Amino acid sequence: MTEREIMAKVTGRFGAKVLQSYEFRGQCAVTVKAGDLREVLTFLRDDADTATDWLMDLAGVDYLGFPDDDDREWRFEVAYQLYSSSQNHRFRVKVAVPEDKLQVPSIWDLWAIANWMEREVFDLYGVSFTGHPNLRRILCHDEFEGHALRKDYPINKRQKLSSPAENLLCAKVELA
Amino acid sequence: MSDGTHVRPIPSDLLTLNIGPAHPATHGTLRVQVQLDGETIRNAACEIGYLHRGFEKQCETVYYQFVIPYAERLNYMGPVNNSNAWCYAMEQFLGIEAPARAQALRVITSELGRIIDHAVCIGTNLVDLGALTNFWYMFNYREKVYDLYEELCGARMMVNYPRIGGVSLDAPDDWLEKCLRLVDEMGEAVSEVQALISRNRIFMDRTVGAGTITKELAISHGVTGPCLRAAGIGYDVRKAQPYWGYEKYQFEVPVADGGDTYDRTIVRFQEMYESCKIIRQAIASIPGGPVLASDHLVVLPEKDKVYNTMEGLINHFKLVMHGIQPPKGELYSATEGGNGELGFYIVSDGSAKPWRVRIRPPCFANFSVFPKIIKGKMVSDAIAALGSINIIAGELDR
Repeated sequence: MTEREIMAKVTGRFGAKVLQSYEFRGQCAVTVKAGDLREVLTFLRDDADTATDWLMDLAGVDYLGFPDDDDREWRFEVAYQLYSSSQNHRFRVKVAVPEDKLQVPSIWDLWAIANWMEREVFDLYGVSFTGHPNLRRILCHDEFEGHALRKDYPINKRQKLSSPAENLLCAKVELA
Repeated sequence: MSDGTHVRPIPSDLLTLNIGPAHPATHGTLRVQVQLDGETIRNAACEIGYLHRGFEKQCETVYYQFVIPYAERLNYMGPVNNSNAWCYAMEQFLGIEAPARAQALRVITSELGRIIDHAVCIGTNLVDLGALTNFWYMFNYREKVYDLYEELCGARMMVNYPRIGGVSLDAPDDWLEKCLRLVDEMGEAVSEVQALISRNRIFMDRTVGAGTITKELAISHGVTGPCLRAAGIGYDVRKAQPYWGYEKYQFEVPVADGGDTYDRTIVRFQEMYESCKIIRQAIASIPGGPVLASDHLVVLPEKDKVYNTMEGLINHFKLVMHGIQPPKGELYSATEGGNGELGFYIVSDGSAKPWRVRIRPPCFANFSVFPKIIKGKMVSDAIAALGSINIIAGELDR
């Protein structure tokens, strides 16, 4: 199937649950609400025509201040890149995440790779994934404050480094 | 006991041990914490992020063309594969195509990159297993590939060779012949190393059955590249969704079925031969013509025009100062990197700086499977498996 056919199929199946559909250079994507995400992804994976058995990537995007963007009523999106090994096609599903409800259902039980990738989105955007077994920072250290890939996080902000362990013997030695 | 002596029971608590973050066997900075029962791993967890440099954030602050050198610092074992991939992603985004000669040069440089990536992976993995000789063989040829890169563009490791719309320089005279000679030599060297280990009793004892990735595990964890093909799934972006004219070249996608460390090593050997085959064909069929597209909104004008015409000077100035301005949109582009599917997800707001650049690093997915495949194995198996998955921290942590 071409991506446009997949998009037509998803839009036909889910109707008004598809908030936005999108095409650029032959690549298509649909945006859905967080509550419908698992249903859409499971459908795409299990349907014989779409059969997207691979989750290739999972990425957060912050649209704060994106120019000419009136019909996007939410600040964040999380994009799921799907791939079908039997049909050799790709498709993208995006989930709308408004700033006042930074919650997306976790899909780590559908694809195990989502476990780490969701942790990364949590770390860098602060979007939390409900049902995730181990939602901790993955790239930044635990004492890190804020979320580095948000648009309102300044590029030159300095962070406290991790504090050294307290029980090191040399910590008691005072240098003259 | 029956004779009345009392023997204190041996403590049965699990021993917690850190492998890394800085350990010669991790080949980079990553931490694996294991719980040991004797020498058997009962439980394992990984921690990454020690080499996180904010690559994606950095990309959002510079022009599209300035991402090229950053991209090479992702998988620094085959740097030019990443920058070629980035330029290809941008070309897809802009809706342009690199000239045929540039595409062939990208294929040649990328396949050389794949060979040295695999060579270093196999070499260092074998060092971990106590076989130092192979390492020298392999690194010797990596140096020779670096010499070739140097002749091509002046830099050895981080070559900054491709440009959006083609490649920066055409190959010098007799470079292609030198390349061909090196590929022939390299094929022989690779088969010598393979002969040293492929039926080697010690090597097989250490690697067969160590760190097995099953098909189901591979799909669920998004494992790609040699690790996936060793598990029996022949997915390769070069075959599945060809780019740069890969569909013209005759080559096989080597597949094994065991998914263990031994299979991963053998698949990498086979891929090096296939890469040699591709390079030979690419050199034999390389067309003439320019190496950069003639799109004045993307590619810098020739120096002659810059120095001698007003339009050329303005064009150069505009591109350097204002950058390449793609339309608004978003796109996911995938190529086959040294370790698997290397994806770039680009979101543009129509300005000269990317709104969002997301890298889909193959290592990230490949490493996420690691704690599962070492459970129940020995520590030495874990070391063997870690080397064969080929974790490149630059790409893993970005």
